[in-house]
Amino acid sequence: MTDFSVVGKPVLKVDSLSLACGAARYTADFEVKDPFYLVFFYSPHAHAEILSIDDGPARGMEGVVDVFHSGNTPSDLYTTAGQGYPEPSPYDTALFNKSVRYVGDIVGAVLAESPAAAREAAGAVRVEYRQLEPLFDPEKSMDPGVPCLHGDGAFAPLPVPYRPEENVAGEVLFSFGDVEKGFAEADFVEEETYRTHYTNHCAMEPHAATATFDEKGRLVIYSSTQVPFHARRTVSRVTGIPAHMIRVVKPRIGGGFGSKQEIILEPYVALAAWKYKRSVKAELSRHEVFTTARTRHPMRVRIKTGVKKDGTITALEMNDIMNTGAYGAHALTVLSNAGSKVLPMFNKIPNVSFTGRAVYTTLPVGGAYRGYGATQGYFAFNQHVDSICRKLGLDFVDYVKKWHIREGETSEVFKAIGEGTEGVSQIIKSCKLSECLDRGAEEIGWSRLRGKRITSGSWVKGVGAAVSMQGSGIPKVDMGSASMKMNDDGSFNLYVGATDIGTGSDTILSQIAAETLKVPVEMILILSSDTDLTPFDTGAYASSTTYVSGQAVLRCAGKIRDQILSAAAVLMGASADSLSLGDGGVVVNRKSGEEAPFSKIACFAMYSHDQFQIQAGASYTGDESPAPFMAHFAEVDVDLETGKVRLVKFVSAGDCGRPINPVLAEGQIEGATMNGISYALTEQYLFDPRGKMTNSSFWDYKIFGTLDMPEMKTILAESDEPTGPYGAKSISEIGINGPAPAIANAIFDATGRRIYDLPLTPEKVLAAIKGVK
Amino acid sequence: MKGTFFINGRKEEWSFAPDAVLLDVLRENGRTEVHRGCGEGACGSCAVVLDGTLVNSCQVFAASAQEKEILTVAGLGSIHSPHPLQAAFVETGAVQCGFCTPAMILAAYCLLKKTPNPTDDEIRRALDGNSCRCTGYVKIIEAVRLAARRMSSHD
Repeated sequence: MTDFSVVGKPVLKVDSLSLACGAARYTADFEVKDPFYLVFFYSPHAHAEILSIDDGPARGMEGVVDVFHSGNTPSDLYTTAGQGYPEPSPYDTALFNKSVRYVGDIVGAVLAESPAAAREAAGAVRVEYRQLEPLFDPEKSMDPGVPCLHGDGAFAPLPVPYRPEENVAGEVLFSFGDVEKGFAEADFVEEETYRTHYTNHCAMEPHAATATFDEKGRLVIYSSTQVPFHARRTVSRVTGIPAHMIRVVKPRIGGGFGSKQEIILEPYVALAAWKYKRSVKAELSRHEVFTTARTRHPMRVRIKTGVKKDGTITALEMNDIMNTGAYGAHALTVLSNAGSKVLPMFNKIPNVSFTGRAVYTTLPVGGAYRGYGATQGYFAFNQHVDSICRKLGLDFVDYVKKWHIREGETSEVFKAIGEGTEGVSQIIKSCKLSECLDRGAEEIGWSRLRGKRITSGSWVKGVGAAVSMQGSGIPKVDMGSASMKMNDDGSFNLYVGATDIGTGSDTILSQIAAETLKVPVEMILILSSDTDLTPFDTGAYASSTTYVSGQAVLRCAGKIRDQILSAAAVLMGASADSLSLGDGGVVVNRKSGEEAPFSKIACFAMYSHDQFQIQAGASYTGDESPAPFMAHFAEVDVDLETGKVRLVKFVSAGDCGRPINPVLAEGQIEGATMNGISYALTEQYLFDPRGKMTNSSFWDYKIFGTLDMPEMKTILAESDEPTGPYGAKSISEIGINGPAPAIANAIFDATGRRIYDLPLTPEKVLAAIKGVK
Repeated sequence: MKGTFFINGRKEEWSFAPDAVLLDVLRENGRTEVHRGCGEGACGSCAVVLDGTLVNSCQVFAASAQEKEILTVAGLGSIHSPHPLQAAFVETGAVQCGFCTPAMILAAYCLLKKTPNPTDDEIRRALDGNSCRCTGYVKIIEAVRLAARRMSSHD
């Protein structure tokens, strides 16, 4: 095995001391001179037409500067989704819509000298609505006679299926083989319908944006964004401010999980700042994050398989209806991933069909959320596989090990479904899923606990498992780039567009550069995500940064290494091919043993000979998207009297290739897993009959805390991905896919009852248990 | 109104509205290491130590904190001289986005003041008022264990 000095080591996260000491700054922490504050006001109705807006009283209030709304701002349609250009999401949103489509839809914004004045004035704007029929049931969105939510010129910028007249925001259809023939060949057909629910990312930092001006009058936007370059592009498009007059700076980000892959606040602060040539600040409250920002798309997944007595699946049909809410942000692509990330898992099924539709409703807007459709799809898939195993008397772990995709294999699904376009075929080159299953089963005590229903009073124990795969960036779409220069002391500045939102990508990318140049990570000085200073990157999403941006850094550092060697050749009077890098920032002459430190070589190049700056840039786009794999195991105790589920232990065993930094990789798995557990058991949006969220607070929307957590165990099953930087694949999203189905399967193991709808609340579990009696 | 506050050992005279909460007053005066996560006392991101007690500063009127000692994470240690808890959070990988970290460290600090060798259960109870969405808490608990070990061996 290759010996690495920096890669694979638990290097300390490069920004963590600054964060732990409170020195690091987030968007809202930047002080700007005499700012104005922007506060929004929202639709109280799920569906209504705005007849008039009387902003007179608000404008007359002390400290109020302006009131923005549909009557006085540009109405060009765009998408808030921060995706590659043109985006695969429909252009169906205006800054201020004339028709409002969910409770919380932005109606207008007040600009004032203080937040308090802005808030007070926002309450004084009088809006006259004509209420329209709401549409709350996504399974009825395509029915005749229901209200059409986007009849006003919405369009898709890419040639993708988009039928607003039918409330269809996206459609994905594909099939191979002949499913009807496959069902006919089966000994039995298993068909179930699963439903997943609305949830929120709950990044601890609410969305914030500050627009200010530099000394030359250019607009500088500090934003809590995962996508600074997309943000600049979209702000320019929506506001008409030339892109060259805009600089987007991403400071430290207090978590994203997809919520900040959305261009929400940036255009508003830009518009207001540009108009008044004053700094403008906006910051959402937690209530606003819940009710106005983005959510995880709820999905109905119907899954039908034809199965032979030996367990062979002869046909699989998946039919998904995804609720994208009022607008189609990420609609098509999240829907695609419910198929493209799930169906390759059992790649030997000869007949497969996928029918997916993303539909509009008058409910909160879906968006990117860690897992991105795979989470929804795997909730259904893993329970369905468990059902098949139960019917056949087969062990879930053995069954999955027999049928899952392996190294050297492919799936027709890779080619069939991409992100708005056709996908990219690929062969799996690294897969340690069987090892994940074995090690996870051992850790949870699978053979000791499965099916045993160990009982203590009214509590019964069960164990369940789930598997999943994800991707590493969007192949042939996501692009990362890096540039680097060498300093006279032998240190290096590394500039990356890649966006560290707390994930540790600044550290990972520094490690890749340090490994390539054989220097300690301290000699890599990283600066990331500033549209003026760093090269382009599509951003922090789609599990792309380690794999895609990492390859860009690897290539860039390789070019730097070559320049160092050729400068050293002149300095040392040797041929470049007799030289190589030694440890700790030296060039070594392999023949003579002579060494030259980097500092000497850098000074030689800068000051003495053929003077030049050792510097380079590189970009990378993946030709494929190697999948990380994970197995999850849950041990639960279920109280038969109350339906309460106590999660005792949870095991996550994952293959992310070679982890560049095992501690950070574990952290990604642990965080995603805990979010997935909380998603499964307690988190949910509650709505009143008029479509208003009734629990938009951390007091009423329960995310897991330290007292709720089970015993957690994380296992890294290392593989070597040949196409990845130093063998790495992605790790950031996959951990969220398994908890819900693993826990649901464990509940079945304990009770013999299957819960088809998330979340797995005591009420549902108890109802299922009572149903038995 | 105007009032005196003792922030991290420094005396400060600040003006503030009578109904202003401590969180806002701290942030307006540059103490941005105190973070607003929810503004309703549920997430703990804004916690500071007020006369030795951990409080959510969004739930405390600034007026009631006058003449009192307020400790933020910046008063505990600095990049050049970190507190053992800050060092332990860094070394165990307990910091991801870092937004909850300052308050989490202060919660742990208050625990270790009273209970220098806490059990895991005591750590969990002490940190339950501080939400984290990044880490799953696993490495945070490990960090507190490590800091406790180091701090008590130095006593």
